[in-house]
Order: sequence, then structure tokens, then C-alpha cells
Amino acid sequence: MAQIRVENLHKSFDQFAAVHDSNFTIENGTFFALLGPSGCGKTTTLRMIAGLELPSSGRILLDDEDVTFRRAAQRDIAFVFQLFALYPHMNVEQNIGFPLKCQGLPRNEVRRQVREIARLLRIENLLPSKTSKLSGGDRQRVALGRAIVRRPKAFLMDEPLGSLDTEFRHLMCDELRELHDRIDATTVYVTHDQLEAMSMADRIAVMNAGRIEQIGTPQEVYDQPASMFVADFIGSPPMNFLPFEAALQPGDRAIKVGDVSVAVPEIREQRAAGPLVLGVRPEHISFSDVARLRGRVFGTEYLGTTQIVTVDMESGRVKARLPSNALVQPGETVGVTFKSDCLALFDARTGWAVRTMNCGGNGHD
Amino acid sequence: MTNVIVRHISKSFGKVKAVNELSLAINDGEFVVLLGPSGAGKTTTLRLISGLEHPDEGSISIGIRDVTRDPPGTRDIAFVFQQYSLYPHLSVYDNLAFPLRSPVRRVPELTIRKRVEQTAELLHISNKLNNPATRLSGGEMQRVAIGRALVRDPAIYLMDEPLSSLDAKLRAELRLELKRIQAELGATILYVTHDQVEAMTMASRIGVIKEGKLLQIGTPRDIYEYPIDNYVAGRLGMPPINFISADVIPEVPVPPGTHTVGIRTEHLQLGKVNGAGLVGRVRRIEHLGDQNHVHLEYRDQMLLTLADPHQPLAAGQEVAVKLVSPLYFDAAGRRIAASVH
Repeated sequence: MAQIRVENLHKSFDQFAAVHDSNFTIENGTFFALLGPSGCGKTTTLRMIAGLELPSSGRILLDDEDVTFRRAAQRDIAFVFQLFALYPHMNVEQNIGFPLKCQGLPRNEVRRQVREIARLLRIENLLPSKTSKLSGGDRQRVALGRAIVRRPKAFLMDEPLGSLDTEFRHLMCDELRELHDRIDATTVYVTHDQLEAMSMADRIAVMNAGRIEQIGTPQEVYDQPASMFVADFIGSPPMNFLPFEAALQPGDRAIKVGDVSVAVPEIREQRAAGPLVLGVRPEHISFSDVARLRGRVFGTEYLGTTQIVTVDMESGRVKARLPSNALVQPGETVGVTFKSDCLALFDARTGWAVRTMNCGGNGHD
Repeated sequence: MTNVIVRHISKSFGKVKAVNELSLAINDGEFVVLLGPSGAGKTTTLRLISGLEHPDEGSISIGIRDVTRDPPGTRDIAFVFQQYSLYPHLSVYDNLAFPLRSPVRRVPELTIRKRVEQTAELLHISNKLNNPATRLSGGEMQRVAIGRALVRDPAIYLMDEPLSSLDAKLRAELRLELKRIQAELGATILYVTHDQVEAMTMASRIGVIKEGKLLQIGTPRDIYEYPIDNYVAGRLGMPPINFISADVIPEVPVPPGTHTVGIRTEHLQLGKVNGAGLVGRVRRIEHLGDQNHVHLEYRDQMLLTLADPHQPLAAGQEVAVKLVSPLYFDAAGRRIAASVH
């Protein structure tokens, strides 16, 4: 298995820069997700790592070896597109064994390796089956088997679960991650679905308009988003934003939203007066009769374990996640409080986070 | 007042029984959502009510009138399809006005203007009225498609997965909007979807449908807390409910006849191991931000539950597992009411 290093990677199509100066290292055995909306450059990045696309500038290193101009076939990487592409005229065993047969391995050896992979994927009983008879999940396992059987240095996957419906997708996420733990392969996984990235990845790179805005563990990108884009892209419902104006001093512990003082994590930088944004996750909002920030309940959405309550306040609309046994009626006026050590602050003009002693960071909790 | 009554309707296509003895009453001002996987018969039910299909058996009445054999145009319904189909050569205004300009209706132009403007305001597209229909974002187009149904004042709106072609963010926004509009207009809506979040968040009542049959109908809370069987229990809830065989946990008291125990996140308390009770092992933790998904192993059974992200749990760790009023199911999968505490 391999370490993948990307240095100053840049790709332009005519005037359009699809990927701007990307830098990251994927350590051996890591499950790494490239996450972003369509058109953010995540697939282009993946295709350059695979060797399906040449970068305009920059380098790609596989285990410290420069493979930037190496052809895809010489990189010892397996690329998994939509997982459903199977050869319809072959049975499961032939499908999985195909890459080995192409390499010219003796028939006995192919057979031995295919059985081993089938055992790993727990599909031994399916080996003689026709692929057309398989369920969606089994087809996907077979396609995975075909990618794994060569034992490549790394797996690259481009939205492999995109065509599945929501509930089945969650099941496959669990399986993919378990498989990753068993074979411990370096995996680069491209998706626009934040939940897929959060549930499977060890590290996530969040991309926006060709640039990586943040790289971190799922908990880091969630708790300490580097920008408003990241804060908004991750989490469902996303982080709430409340605009305000202020000057900040290091050591400040409160800001004013309207004329109400709100406690925030200790500020760690100096800022001249200007437009800022307070970021609050839905689960860090609670209701209190005595709170000075007031709002009117616009609607509630029951979700079983929890409910989402939408509140219109003078400074903007927020969504709160509350236990579903809290009784709240649309039209009702409520007082709103925030869990102060988990709040984020952003520069409204650039979208970048203001440095604070944030929740989870700097040895906190 | 009941607006729409469906009595024992069935419909087959060849050998496939798409709708099987389905009965349903929708009250005035209600938002009823039919929830089921693809192929469950949801869309066929809508098409039967609209008159686009005729039932093999059963009857349908709208208001006080039996409409079972009436053509769609005379049924006083409005249909919103999954794929928004707007007239590309018309402006947003003319698209919205179109249903009112039908020669059968003969609505005066002044009334049309008023209705279109009201509807546009409701949908927050007033500033787009003069745009060509093609110069809109996906979300705006879908609003116009919904608006085209809303300009009329039918006995019932039938909606077939109208939000499924939109991205997650827009869908969340329109969910809330649609519910607000429905409440403001006091409209009666029958809405079909396979998305449990849409059903839970918008419905006054949810009907869970499987293989052409209506299994259960009730408020979202009723269906979630008191599912009639294990299928319905599994349709609602994220993460999905865990089922374990009662044999695996002989130390837990269960009502007589219990075959399977259904355990949702809120039925499971994790704590420090202190000798007594069930002990599970943490297999894996997924950080989903606001919550952690904890995969627990208990005597070879896997349980998935939520935990606070700042609760110190690690893979491999042993934890005490306590069940708090879980659901019980008999051998046939039907729920057994727990004895009153």
C-alpha cells in the first residue's frame, strides 16, 4: 500500500482553472475523501492521481516516486467508477478474475486469488452466479472485488454510491469502511455527499471552486470549519449564520448581535470594525424563556429522535435541533441561547474563520 | 369534513397487482403522505385518484361525488409531477396563468392576474414573473410547477415526489415552504414519496404502503412510536431501528410471545461496565459531526446507535448496554404492546 503526495497541482482547461495549486499528503492506509459540490475540481484531482488527466503543473508522488507523467496503467492504482459496471456475459468468478487473466496469470493462480477475495467480501457462494441475477448490493461487491483482486497500491473511487437510494447508500458506506479496515488500503474517495465523507473518511479535503478550503478529520472540519463554505457544506441542517458588525480584540469573550451580548470562545486575533458572521450549529441552540435573543417559531420538522425547529429572529433565520419531546408550536415566541464555547466567527467579506479558542480545539474538552 | 374517500381500490397491470384493496380517507385541509419504496403502488394510487388510470375494483369519491368513472378533467384535482414540465416558450407569468385560461373555466383576466400574483408571492418568485420559464434555476422551476397547481383551488392537490429531482439543500428549503403554504391555504394534499424525512416533516398523517397495500396510517409520531409491525418500524428512523432476536438477550424481561426486540437510538443507554447487565463492545465510531454513530457488537449481533460526539468512547472498548422501553415484535413481525408501566 502507498502514500500519495500531491504538490502544487494545477489544472486549467483553456481559460478555466479546474484545480488551483493543490497540496496534500495521503498517508499509507488512510481513507481520504475529496468533498465538494459539482464543478469544484474533485473529480479532476482524482483523475490526475489516476493518470487519466495530465496536470498543467505540479507533481504527484506515489511512495516518493514521481508518477506525474506515468500512464494510468503503470501506476498500480485501481480506479472504481460507478460500481455497477460488470461484464454481463461472464459469471461472478470470471468478472473478479478478469484483471488477473489480462495480466497473464496461470489459471490455478487466478482461481486461488479470486477465492481469497470472495472470502474477504463474503460472496463465496455467488462465484458461479450470472451477474444479471444479482441484487444491487451484490453487484457492487463483485465490482469491488474486481478492483481489489490486483492488490493495487491504492484505490480511487469516484462517487461509487451515487446511483443508489439513500437508505441503501448508508448500508454500503458501512460495508466499504469495514472492507477498508480489513484490507487497509489507501483510498481516495470523491463525493458530493457530506454524510458519506463524514461517515467513512479518516480525513476530508473540502473543495470549493478548484481550491481546497480545509483538510482535517471529520470532527475537525465539523467543529472548527476554516470557512463559511465549509461550515455550510458540512452538517444537515448546515451551520446557521447571523451577521453582525464589530471590531475584535484578542481576549474578547463576547460580541453583540443586535443589542444583545452573546458569549463566544475567546478571540485570538485583532480586527478593525467590519462585517462579521456568527456561526451556530443547530444542536448548539436551546430555548429559554429568560433569554434576551427572541424569535418567532416558523415551523417544526419531526424526525423521530429529534426535531428541527426553524426560528425567525431579527438578525436572521436559524434552525435548531431539539429533542422531539420538546413541545414547540409555530407562531410561538421563544428565547434563544447558544452553547457559547462551540460558536464560530467568520469574516463576512472573505468567508474565512476568525481565530478563536474554539470548541474541541487547543486542548479544550 | 372528508374531501376524498378511496374504497377498496385494486389495480393490476398484467400479473402485477400494483394496488391491492386500498382504502383511504383524506380530510379537508389534511396533508397526507404515502410513503413506500419504488414499486409499492404509490404513483398508481395517485393516478387512480386523478383519473389517469381506472381501478379494476373499488370506488373513489371527491367531495360528495362518486368520480370512479369520471375523466380527469372533471375531477377538481391538481397534479404536480416529479419532473417539472413547464412551457418553455412562455414566461413564468403565462405558465402560472395557463391552467386558469383553459376554455372550460373562462376566468376573467383580472381574476387571473390576482391569483397569479398571490401565488407568486406565496412561492417567493414575484420578481421572476416576466422571466422566460427556461431562465430559472431548478428550484425556481419546481416552484413554478407547484405554483401552476396552486393557482387553482381544487378539492385536492396530488403530488408525485415533486422534490426528488432537487439537491439536498433546496429540498430541505422547499419542504418547509410547502408545509407553510399548505397551512396558509388550508389546502388538502396527497403527496407520495420514498423519502422518510419528507414524510416525517410535512405530513399530518403518513400512510406506509408496501406491495400495493396500505399497512398503517397515522401521525408521524404515531407511526414512529407505535409501528404496527417490523416493516413499518424499519421504514422510519435514522439510524434505522436495530432488530435482535429475543433469544440473544434472555436476561431482559419481554412481554409473552416476543420473538424480536426492536431497538432505536433512544431505547439504548450506554454506560460504564459495572458488573451487572448487558455488556457490548464498540466496533467502530463514525463521526457525523453533531452525533456519532456507534457500531456496537453484542453476542455477534451488530447494533447501531447515536452518541454525543464528546462522549469518550473508543473502538474496542466494552460498554454497559441498557434497554429503555424498546419495541417488541412477535414471530409474524407484528408489534406487541408493552405492558403498562
